[in-house]
Amino acid sequence: MNFLQTIGSGTLHLLRQMGGMFIFLLVSLYHIFTPPFKFKVFLRQVRFFGNRSLMVIVLTGAFTGMVLSLQVFYTLRKFGSEALLGPAVALSLIRELGPVLSALMVTGRAGSALTAEIGIMKITEQIDAILAMALNPLKYLVVPNIVAAILVFPLLGGIFDLVGIYTGYVVGVKILGLSKGTYFSQIETFLTTEDISIGTVKSLFFGLIVSWVCCWKGYTAGHGAEGVSRATTEAVVLSSVLILVSDYVIGTFYL
Amino acid sequence: MIEIIDIRKTLDGQEVLKGVTLRIEKGELVAIVGRSGVGKSVLLKHMLGLYKPDSGSIVIEGLDIVRFCTRELCKVRERFGVVFQGGALFDSMSIFDNVAFPLRERLRLNEQVVRQKVEEVLEDVGLLGHEHKFPAELSGGMRKRAALARALVTEPSIVLFDEPTTGLDPITLNSIHRLIESTHKKYNFTGVIVSHDVPEVFSIVDKVAMLDMGRVVEFGTPEEITKSRHPLVRAFITGSPYGLQETQS
Repeated sequence: MNFLQTIGSGTLHLLRQMGGMFIFLLVSLYHIFTPPFKFKVFLRQVRFFGNRSLMVIVLTGAFTGMVLSLQVFYTLRKFGSEALLGPAVALSLIRELGPVLSALMVTGRAGSALTAEIGIMKITEQIDAILAMALNPLKYLVVPNIVAAILVFPLLGGIFDLVGIYTGYVVGVKILGLSKGTYFSQIETFLTTEDISIGTVKSLFFGLIVSWVCCWKGYTAGHGAEGVSRATTEAVVLSSVLILVSDYVIGTFYL
Repeated sequence: MIEIIDIRKTLDGQEVLKGVTLRIEKGELVAIVGRSGVGKSVLLKHMLGLYKPDSGSIVIEGLDIVRFCTRELCKVRERFGVVFQGGALFDSMSIFDNVAFPLRERLRLNEQVVRQKVEEVLEDVGLLGHEHKFPAELSGGMRKRAALARALVTEPSIVLFDEPTTGLDPITLNSIHRLIESTHKKYNFTGVIVSHDVPEVFSIVDKVAMLDMGRVVEFGTPEEITKSRHPLVRAFITGSPYGLQETQS
């Protein structure tokens, strides 16, 4: 009986959590389209997600492109198809690695900070203070983050792709001796707008997932420093898992 | 006027409020005192509509807010100013911006009027000249003053104070009490102070409600409370744990 009770209460808790998360998302999405619009807060969050993540995106993009170029060149050489290095690197980055890795990096850098900030605001009653002023905290703390992340994630993914393709070129052409013309002309031949659109759609979804999960976790953080630290960890883990799961789901739609 | 009628609330399986009834007249300053964890802050959050009671009514200036939707609650909250326990000032904003926040965001006043109102209220709480500082740069007492300024700047008809003097030294504590008293006279609000500072808080309030085990066990003027024979009230005033044991037994 105790065993059944444990399973039952665990399931109910999980359902309540999921229900709460979805209602939070729906209410936040509704508030995107209702005034007042917090444009200044939105711009600040664009800077928070975008500008401050730029360095880490450029760095990871650069090394991903370099490693990818090395490994793909090694594989292609076995089949005598080194000429396809450019499209192999570009397609891997644009369709898959760019959106996923940039989203994971931004989750670690900005998502965790967002959860911690909102969590601290919650435990120090700053969210209650906004409510007590007859204002809606979602308008200040959640909506600008969701809109900023949806806008910024595709841009960061694009920067990641460009940097990766360029460093892939440096390794392939300057170090491994592939011809410069072959690298770029083959990319032009094989890359389609559908490849770019799949990468963009993925980034848009990842932006929504990261901002939603991180805001929710901050908003529902438990008591004290321990509650905030647990919420931050959970936000990063859940965001990362959801990024990888939705990456597969979106990928299957485009096959 | 605030009227609380027989409200009950269970949080995390524990019944925190077990039928609280309290009537606070317009313009009165009332202290709610009691031991830690008896539900004083929970009661305050019910008045604000941040918590809904499981049963009972909460009437704010003639409106029963218990069944109000979020939008209706928002309208009622416009009548409130709240001084939270830790101040709840926004860390990322200066004191000026903190105090100006409800004027800019809710009342949408132009910047000239905002400046004038913020400076006036900061002068009232003795913080004029410190408006450029951030909350982290202020002492505990100054943070409470800033929180009071933010609560008063919209000239609310009701001000709630959640332990406004917790963690302050006796001199600062008394200066905050005098400040609450003087601002109450100037702004003429209905005030509710949740406090542990007995008997210090008695000197500024019109009435005192003693809360214990989820109920109001004594309610009256500070003089009546001081003369009360209720063992818990006696224990609370004298700070003696013996009376407390008597009530628990």
